[in-house]
Amino acid sequence: MAPPSPRRPGFSRRAQYGIFASYVIAVAGAGFALLLVLTSRFDPNGHSALQSILADMTSPISSAARSALASTGDVGESIGAYFDAASKNKAMAKELAASKRQLIEADVLRQENRRLKQLLGLKNDAIQPITRAALVSSTGASSRRYATLSAGASDGVTNGQPVVGPDGLVGRVVSVGRVSARVLLIVDGGNVTPVKRSVDGAPALAIGTGDGRLILRPLTSGVQFKPGDIFVTSGSGGIYRPGIAVARAIDRGREGTKARPLADPARLDYAEVEPIYQAPPPPAPSQIGEAKEN
Amino acid sequence: MARGYEPRLNRVASRWALIGVPAISVMLGSMTVLIPQVSVLPLLPPFGLLILLAWRMIVRDLWPVWAALPLGFFDDIFSGQPLGSAMLLWTLVFLVLDIFDRWMMWRDYRQDWAIAGTLVAVVQLVGLAIANGSGGNTNAVVLLPQIIVSILIFPLMVRLCARLDVLRWTL
Repeated sequence: MAPPSPRRPGFSRRAQYGIFASYVIAVAGAGFALLLVLTSRFDPNGHSALQSILADMTSPISSAARSALASTGDVGESIGAYFDAASKNKAMAKELAASKRQLIEADVLRQENRRLKQLLGLKNDAIQPITRAALVSSTGASSRRYATLSAGASDGVTNGQPVVGPDGLVGRVVSVGRVSARVLLIVDGGNVTPVKRSVDGAPALAIGTGDGRLILRPLTSGVQFKPGDIFVTSGSGGIYRPGIAVARAIDRGREGTKARPLADPARLDYAEVEPIYQAPPPPAPSQIGEAKEN
Repeated sequence: MARGYEPRLNRVASRWALIGVPAISVMLGSMTVLIPQVSVLPLLPPFGLLILLAWRMIVRDLWPVWAALPLGFFDDIFSGQPLGSAMLLWTLVFLVLDIFDRWMMWRDYRQDWAIAGTLVAVVQLVGLAIANGSGGNTNAVVLLPQIIVSILIFPLMVRLCARLDVLRWTL
């Protein structure tokens, strides 16, 4: 005999109505959920406000877990470091010598730069970070790449602010709760960062692919990016100030040059939230005229 | 603490444990994304959904159809998907499984696995479509490793739920 179906409870009217009601609730609830999903498409601001309330409630859990587990995270890496230590050592010694030379050159350049800036009357205003906070967790099971930052509106974080780690750009804040904020990583498929090649300033767009890499699309035709090229933010369009390290090109593909982000969020403890960069406005026409007269 | 005499046979299991153990196990599964690890690749299988499916396969009449709604809402809080995506998809999964129950009275374990694996893959792909609709732009190929991991880990979840099933009757 086939097992009795739990959905057919015999002749009890009460039980039959109960099951019918559960189907009605399920279908109505699914319709409501569909509406919620649609708001995420057509009213992203209201939707993210809802989500940031929920994120506030969950971020303390991962903060606590993170501080408890922080010491165990590096175990695999420190074991791996023992393999081919000799050849690594040799390569590093060579690199060190090279970078020492570059450091001296950079020193000379820095002095020259300061002198030129004084000549131009530019103020050397370093950007003050708004706050420093830990990246506590990410959406590992979803296809979107968000990370949760343990600082929110009470620390002065607002929407759109760039998040920068010690190695480079991490992403930007997309929704803010009171004590936590959601950061859209630069590798997310919906994130586009205006960048330029560090050596010659060739502009490009760094588009996330969702698999931990970026695709670089040159903005001027005829430019070919080579593996090993370093890209920094160009500052065009605002949000990110120019000169934050973003990515290193790894290989040339059909769709564009693939690149790996320089700041690995998986190894990041702290990140700084910076104020939104506003590109200086182009000089007004009258000023240009005056400059010519001068 | 000394406990009084309890009959070993014919005893009544706690109603809270009967309902609570499965629900809490699914919620803990949804909360696995809180592990303090910032990943750049979606690799973590959707444990909440896997445990939900495992329970549904082992104990067919455990949950009414609407139970997927609150559990899906809880998953949405943590998953980073647009709110409502798991609520919608998990409820649809339950409705589809009801249809399957009608079609195939006799199912063996491998058929259950195949059905669950297909459903997980479909849920993940539709979830990707929903996430892309809300501003993402990710290629479906990126999800392939995650789907494979989810399908391979499903039997383990069934084992876990079978253990918990014994536990909830003896609590």
